[in-house]
Amino acid sequence: MAGRGVTWLGTPTFPKAARTALADPQLRANLRNATTTIRGKRADAVAELPDWEPLRRAGEAIKDQVLGDLDTYLERLEAAVTARGGIVHWARDADEANEIVLRLTREAGAEEVVKVKSMATAEIGLNEALAEGGVRAVETDLAELIVQLGEDRPSHILVPAIHRNRAEIREIFRREMPDVPEDITDEPKELAEAARRHLRQKFLTAKVAVSGANFAVADSGSIVVVESEGNGRMCLTLPETLITVMGIEKVVPTWSDLEVFLQLLPRSSTAERMNPYTSIWTGVTPGDGPKNFHLVLLDNGRTDTLADEVGRQALRCIRCSACLNVCPVYERTGGAAYGSVYPGPIGAILTPQLLGEDVDKQARSLPYASSLCGACFEVCPVRIDIPEVLVHLRAQAVEAKNKTSPEAVAMSALAWAMGDARRWAATQRIAGIGRLLSRGGRISSLPWPGSKWTSSRDLPAPPKETFRAWWRRTRG
Amino acid sequence: MALFATCVTDTLYPRTGQAVVKLLERLGCEVDFPAAQTCCGQMHYNTGYPRHAASLAADYERIFTEYDAVVAPSGSCVGMVREIYPKLLDSTRAAQRSHELSEFLVDVLGVTDVGAYFPHRVTYHPTCHSLRMLEVGDRPLRLLRAVRGLELVELPEADSCCGFGGTFAIKNADTSGAMLADKIKGVTETVAEVLTAGDNSCLMHIGGGLSRLRAGVNPVHLAEILSSTEEEPWQAVA
Repeated sequence: MAGRGVTWLGTPTFPKAARTALADPQLRANLRNATTTIRGKRADAVAELPDWEPLRRAGEAIKDQVLGDLDTYLERLEAAVTARGGIVHWARDADEANEIVLRLTREAGAEEVVKVKSMATAEIGLNEALAEGGVRAVETDLAELIVQLGEDRPSHILVPAIHRNRAEIREIFRREMPDVPEDITDEPKELAEAARRHLRQKFLTAKVAVSGANFAVADSGSIVVVESEGNGRMCLTLPETLITVMGIEKVVPTWSDLEVFLQLLPRSSTAERMNPYTSIWTGVTPGDGPKNFHLVLLDNGRTDTLADEVGRQALRCIRCSACLNVCPVYERTGGAAYGSVYPGPIGAILTPQLLGEDVDKQARSLPYASSLCGACFEVCPVRIDIPEVLVHLRAQAVEAKNKTSPEAVAMSALAWAMGDARRWAATQRIAGIGRLLSRGGRISSLPWPGSKWTSSRDLPAPPKETFRAWWRRTRG
Repeated sequence: MALFATCVTDTLYPRTGQAVVKLLERLGCEVDFPAAQTCCGQMHYNTGYPRHAASLAADYERIFTEYDAVVAPSGSCVGMVREIYPKLLDSTRAAQRSHELSEFLVDVLGVTDVGAYFPHRVTYHPTCHSLRMLEVGDRPLRLLRAVRGLELVELPEADSCCGFGGTFAIKNADTSGAMLADKIKGVTETVAEVLTAGDNSCLMHIGGGLSRLRAGVNPVHLAEILSSTEEEPWQAVA
């Protein structure tokens, strides 16, 4: 079953969508400031740990162990959650998961749910599905609230409103928050206070909360959410009913495995030694916290991804977003160009894989949205070799493409020419004719597709004598 | 030992190949250029044509298998050969004995002062594959610091990609151009006369942007700086 809802319909292919972002100087400035700051902080936070590399390898090994035996761990998790009074639901795709959450919400008699920021519920378009069913979903994470009130789309995994500055946020609050003071300024303190007052009302009246999960412990049935603001904890503890939607790859075997990830995640994502709030709950506890707990285990293209030996490493991802913050492509285009809730390098490999057979032209353009500089692999706390998977997905895209496409023909012709030194020397002589196009040692204008190069840079004129010709003349 | 010139250097930058030969012979190496060589196959591999790349990889193994060492003036191509060939071939004897120029000089020959003379203000771009795939570290900088007359200036945001990425520069031309613009801004801020790197493909990209802007900075491969001496100094292309 394919990963429905992962992409935003109607987004153009990456090169085209990127052009819009590149033409927006405010967006580029916002992104550059934000990513440069977090990049520096992350590097410092990581440098503090002498055992960072062994920790990364431990994170990789635990995740690989889980992915290698996923059904066993999920069954163990289900049994543990059930034993502690929780109810487990299995959802093959976005539609099934949304139906389950809507049904449970109605059964609880709620018309409004408060939400903990969650990638899984964004992936399946839960808010929209609930709205169609007459249920309002209120985001309680500050950045997620800004995106929701601005009727905008998130552009970063961890900082969904990274593309907005505080003047823009003030405007959104004034327009969309009924109880906001008229004279509110764009001071972060005032904006946060307005959001706090707005949300407090929601926390105190909500009967149902919906969360995602950062980790789930198979042995104990415990679910873990880490966050910075504490709004998540309000949702996780106050309402009577808690519904958690979790991608099936989030399970870890034991409590002691958490130790590794609770070091890797905060340093990689917010450059903190420890995240401010770590909430862990196990089923239901009489007299404390929610009375009803439901866990929805979401597949949505994950078992198909698991079947690909190279591509499956994308399921190790712990959604830290370190790869976004170091990616030179993301830094310039922002998240919207990726057309998915998963932007940046991880999105470029995760999105097409979750879509599986439903992959379209837009998603197929994502693996090419990288110069393969390798910065993403270098920072990934669970050592996902993103460049390797990008290249692997490009090969799949080529396989699915017409063998007589101009690119495929050119690549075959070039490989044929390079397969023999004499043919290659002849090809070089033909390329040497490029001198005719040059003026003053440079070529400034080429016909398509070379025009894509010469739009912003020259090419050197080919020399009169290649290296091999020189070698033959002087040494041969 | 053998020189693997790489298709870009062979076709567009013969001066770099000649500089490697001159430099290595000056250091006492016996250099051969097996004429059957063509390309490492990286462009095919990275664009999604692994079968074409595997065929070129097999050629590479066959052509270079008899040599003690293979040296190439490209971190990118050596990265392909040493790190990717094991995914494409069963036997990678030649690939595992392949070295990027600065690695070969520092690790195999054990020299950092190669007797070069280059009286110019120079800035160094580390190139992504040299930096992250091969992890050449400060080897090129150690070599440059030992060059007489050379003034080395640090490049701002040196480790960010120039935006070349092979076919990326064509497929995502606008994004690539934006990355290039930022890289060029860093280069011109240094007020260097010369931009150097261990990869002609990156130099072709940054140099192409500098040329378009008539920025007056000369892109010169590391090998050409290291081969320059007081007797035979490097000269800009007329």
